[in-house]
Amino acid sequence: MFARLLYESFRRQKRRKLLAGIAITLGVAVATAMIAVATDIGDKINRELRTYGANLLVTPQEDTLDVEIGGVNLKPPSDGSFLNEADLPKIEGTFWRHNILGFSPMLPVTVQLGSPAAAKDATLLGTYFAKQLTFGKDVFTTGVRNTHPWWKVEGAWPADDSTDVLVGEHLSANIAAQPGSVVTIAGQSHRITGILSTGGPEDDEVVAPLAVAQQILGRPAAVRRIYVSALTKPEDALARRDPKSMNSELFDRWYCSPYVQSIAYQLQEAIPHSHAEQIRQVAQNEGTVLSRIKGLMLLVTLAALFASALAVSAAMATAIFERRREVGLMKALGAGNFAVAALFFAESTLLALGAGVTGFFAGSFLAHRIGRSIFDAQITIPPVLFPIILALAVIVTFAGSAAAIRRAVQYDPVFALRGDA
Amino acid sequence: MSTTPTVAPSVAERRAASPHTSMFLRMLVRAAVLRRGRAASALLAMVVAAAVATAMMNLYVDVQAKLRKEFRSYGANVIAIGKDGTSLPPDALNKIEAALGPRGMAVPFAYIVARSASGQSVVVAGTNFEQVQKLNRWWSVSAWPKSEAPKPEIEPKAESVNSRSSEPKAQSPNATAPSLESKTSAQALIGMKALPVVAPENRPFDLTFQGHAIHLAPAGTLQTGATEDSRVYLSLPEFVAWTGVEPSTIEIAANGSADEVNSLIRQMAAALPTADVHPVRQIVEGEARVLGKTRATLYAAAVLIILTAALCVLATLTGWVFDRRRDFAIMKALGASERLVSGFFAAEAAALGVVGAILGFVIGVGIAAWIGRANFNAPVVPRFSVLPFVLAGSVAVALLSAIVPMSLLRRVQPAIILKGE
Repeated sequence: MFARLLYESFRRQKRRKLLAGIAITLGVAVATAMIAVATDIGDKINRELRTYGANLLVTPQEDTLDVEIGGVNLKPPSDGSFLNEADLPKIEGTFWRHNILGFSPMLPVTVQLGSPAAAKDATLLGTYFAKQLTFGKDVFTTGVRNTHPWWKVEGAWPADDSTDVLVGEHLSANIAAQPGSVVTIAGQSHRITGILSTGGPEDDEVVAPLAVAQQILGRPAAVRRIYVSALTKPEDALARRDPKSMNSELFDRWYCSPYVQSIAYQLQEAIPHSHAEQIRQVAQNEGTVLSRIKGLMLLVTLAALFASALAVSAAMATAIFERRREVGLMKALGAGNFAVAALFFAESTLLALGAGVTGFFAGSFLAHRIGRSIFDAQITIPPVLFPIILALAVIVTFAGSAAAIRRAVQYDPVFALRGDA
Repeated sequence: MSTTPTVAPSVAERRAASPHTSMFLRMLVRAAVLRRGRAASALLAMVVAAAVATAMMNLYVDVQAKLRKEFRSYGANVIAIGKDGTSLPPDALNKIEAALGPRGMAVPFAYIVARSASGQSVVVAGTNFEQVQKLNRWWSVSAWPKSEAPKPEIEPKAESVNSRSSEPKAQSPNATAPSLESKTSAQALIGMKALPVVAPENRPFDLTFQGHAIHLAPAGTLQTGATEDSRVYLSLPEFVAWTGVEPSTIEIAANGSADEVNSLIRQMAAALPTADVHPVRQIVEGEARVLGKTRATLYAAAVLIILTAALCVLATLTGWVFDRRRDFAIMKALGASERLVSGFFAAEAAALGVVGAILGFVIGVGIAAWIGRANFNAPVVPRFSVLPFVLAGSVAVALLSAIVPMSLLRRVQPAIILKGE
């Protein structure tokens, strides 16, 4: 009899069940989408924060003092020590290689620009643009196009194995350089493929493939410094501790967390005679911005959950309130309070489960679309979310129905049937 | 028995004494009072929807300003440099500060290359420590130089700058005054890499620039992971007194949207024709990107949440109006015109929308303020410009949910409804 009542209730009241179902589906869909986005936004925003460029700098251990003002290096170029270019691919062999999104070696040299008669001193910066490297079986591409995304080129980027160069915006105005023209650098002709605009000191420099700078300097395989762009975890108390003071268990935990400090430590291990340091301007601020945005989305998600819970409750309350005549009839025929309540709760549960499943998939689709359109990346939905969302849907539907069911059960059947309730 | 006669005249009296409200108004009020439960649940749905909509709109508008403030911890987003490496005019800082007003801060920097006692070149910079502390919050400093000595000198300095522009000869007495003092108490902030070169044992040291020597006491060390680590920082008055070199760079942190910052840059460039004022692309582009993505996510969340809330209100109110088909039928049976009945239900829905919107607005502002306080440590300022939108939206949804059941009921004979079919 109970099953039949339940079945008939769904069969005969399609419109009302549909309305309540839609309300639950919507609520669940929004909750799913918001939870999925909120749990994944940290990773997505972390990637976006890499637009700020490298957060780690690797320099030779025995480096001399930089004598640099406004990007102009006043130190004799052959001074100091260098890193070895051959060690660079080892960066891809470190523990956190998947968090390292790119690196660019830099080698600044002072060169004579133009014909010997009207020579002008300028800085030539050797680097990788988008160089293909191999480490073991892995092939990867890295260079300034990864680590310095705010560099804009009018014209084309030079190839890393060519002798073509880019000329900074300001410098190009001074020497009347254009994409396609030829410039004499240190007595040799180089083709200019593009004009570089960075808003930084590079606007007054020539940027060339690393090999060109090494050849001018006469030191093959020399690299002055390496900029590394890595996804990191915001700093906490453990991150700030000195690894030397840790016991082995703590050290393992520190080593296996993607803190900027532990990645720096691993870079130092990978590249001989090097010193790796976080660039505090980028690394330190990442954490604050990230935690603010994550916190914001978490609170918005809470608000969304609250709103959808209330919406579901309101819909359920209305659905049950409309059926007080039915309650009156059932009670007049001898149904106890328990039987009536059980019927309504069973209906709510069925509704919540059905709408919850639909809502979960609709919400996953929504989260997917949000990820695609905003971040151009997949938003991963943890499978554990499915039972959680279903349980939430059932609990909220129950809670929303409870008050209405209690009132419906308390009606005097006579009044309910007369329609005076 | 005895109570009835006393009550009846009092009711009659009350009715007679009560202001002569129209039947229409009385029906509206009585309908709400008599069916408190139903009216309250419909109102609750309305209030929740309006509150969530208000909170989301408030957040969406305000969060950008809040996040921009967070992004300013990345430091200067605009930089002014003397063209071709020259010093800026002495009134440059005043002009820039006048253009900025309260919308940001500007910090001057002057650079020279000095020689240490051991003959090494080291870059020495002069700046305003108090302001640098606020601008470059990522600087990790063991101890800032005591501001007692330079602080009283800053005010006369600003005046001396003004007087200097009109009366160049007035400069010397003012400028030499701090230099006398600096012989004894000039304190320097020393970069981590510069420390072993200039002050190996953290003892007071000498630097020379063009034959002028200065005696400095190390106050603390500075670590940034970038070029600042190889420099020695002095307070600007001491720096100018020692070297006679005026600031060549002004770093500016300008608050506001991209357009506002651009117009500020134009203003400053117009005020300083001898300077090159340009945005720091690394900072500006990173900020624009992260902010854009966060805004888009928040926008998607707001749309989803508001849509859910609106649809649930629609469902609840539709049920509510549909449930009152008996009132509708009675009114019609008593001879009310279609227009009157429609007007009545529309007025009722609109009143519900207005009350719900206003209550919801208040609650929503509270939610937004709480989110602001919890996440940004600063409450979100209530924006009354949002109220008309919330009001219009609420009334529109309420009217819409009255119209749908009305058009359904209009086709049905009142007798059939009253019979209870």
